[in-house]
Amino acid sequence: MAFLETRGLIKAYGDNPVCRGIDLTVEKGSLVCLIGASGSGKSTLLKCLNLLEPVDDGEIHFDGEDISIPGLDPQRVRQRIGIVFQSYNLFPHMNAMENVLLAPRRVTGQSREALRPEAEALFKRFGLGDHMTHFPDQLSGGQQQRVAIVRALAMRPEIMLFDEITSALDPELVGEVLDVLRALREEGMTMVLATHEMGFARELADKVCFLDAGVILEEGPPEQVFGAPKEARTKAFLSRVL
Amino acid sequence: MPTRRQQYEARIRRRSALIAGGSTALVIAAVLLLVPMAPGWPAVKKSFFNADVFAKTFPGLLDAFLWDVAIFLWSAPLIFALGLLIALARDARSPALYPVRLFGVLYTDIFRGVPVILVIYLIGFGIPGLGLPRPWNSPYIWGTVALVLTYSAYVAEVFRTGIESIHQSQRSAALSLGLSNRDVMRYVILPQAVRKVVPANMNIFIALQKDVALLSFIGPVEIFRQAGVYKSLMANFTPYVGAALIFLALTIPATRYADHLLAKQRRARS
Repeated sequence: MAFLETRGLIKAYGDNPVCRGIDLTVEKGSLVCLIGASGSGKSTLLKCLNLLEPVDDGEIHFDGEDISIPGLDPQRVRQRIGIVFQSYNLFPHMNAMENVLLAPRRVTGQSREALRPEAEALFKRFGLGDHMTHFPDQLSGGQQQRVAIVRALAMRPEIMLFDEITSALDPELVGEVLDVLRALREEGMTMVLATHEMGFARELADKVCFLDAGVILEEGPPEQVFGAPKEARTKAFLSRVL
Repeated sequence: MPTRRQQYEARIRRRSALIAGGSTALVIAAVLLLVPMAPGWPAVKKSFFNADVFAKTFPGLLDAFLWDVAIFLWSAPLIFALGLLIALARDARSPALYPVRLFGVLYTDIFRGVPVILVIYLIGFGIPGLGLPRPWNSPYIWGTVALVLTYSAYVAEVFRTGIESIHQSQRSAALSLGLSNRDVMRYVILPQAVRKVVPANMNIFIALQKDVALLSFIGPVEIFRQAGVYKSLMANFTPYVGAALIFLALTIPATRYADHLLAKQRRARS
């Protein structure tokens, strides 16, 4: 079984079915890109994966464990699965460093002093060395998003989920965030990325999944999905966005 | 050389200032001329605006006002703490805590639904009536309790509004990091919520400062009671005017400050 795998995942909001039976497999160390129009179920799928949304039916297996069993304590699972959102969602009343240290402090019970060196290393690695004491409203969108990534990485997740993390950014800031993803890719982080950055998906993804109306309509290596899509709807979508 | 737009706006500003000044002067003149023409004015002037009485009673009133301030100062932190607890009680989700939640709901309903003066009477006369030994029969204690109970209900509602105003995405972000529900509330939601409702709470605390005067009905000789004593002694209402001025000296700056905070918050949001 793959590192992360969903089987027949179903999720509806009220009468509105969003995920209608998704079978997704993510191998350890791979980068999977989810593409598709708005409303195709990408974001909801990611939220289901780290249990922010309970699934209505179907299974999610993570590292050999079924994490979609109703009643399972989601806290322990979420500590191992990082997620970054489109709108950064930094905590506005804390500076960047406090944003990053909060979860490790509370979850591991270690002191700020003990955790700071590792956090500082992450900040510096992603070009944020000068911004550790800045508050979110003093940072640009790209900087905020990188802090959000550092915040998720500080929990040492085994897999990272990215929910259209560049969609709210000005075009000239997209590059600095994509560079972070490239760096993570190089160190072998397992990643699932819902994205509209087709160029990025084509360049780096191990697998591209095209979501349409709540199912994975087509999947495969990027050359295949982008170069020779089989489904008419995939072709139509790609011709609109490329 | 100012631009055409600047010239135009300067002209409009001059015109507006002129009209506002003129109409204000007109109203003040009318009040100053017309009120003294009322048949009862000389009597009212003597019994409400008597300079002699004012000068004699003002220092005593100021002393008595210290009680109002003291009662306010020890009530406010208690109200803040109890209000926060009640607000959190109403948010308790676990089924075992259902009684806590029910208590929170009943509490805010009851104490927001009864006039403050009634709570003060019932608690201020009722509990010492149990025959408690000194100092536990003090009206200062039970008056404070009555104020704390009533005002906590309002403050709790304000806190709850604040908690609900924090966007769901903050909660999701905190939960996604593996924090417990409790930590999410304590470190992420509450600090933002409490800050957000500072202006609203300030208005409630200004109302509290005024309502401390209601304790005069159960005993404490604070400023309103003291003014009443002077009124009886001198057969003159001027001490009440003095008391009103003393309250205003405190509440107007506080109200202005609360409004300023609100305006600042609105600007920050836009």
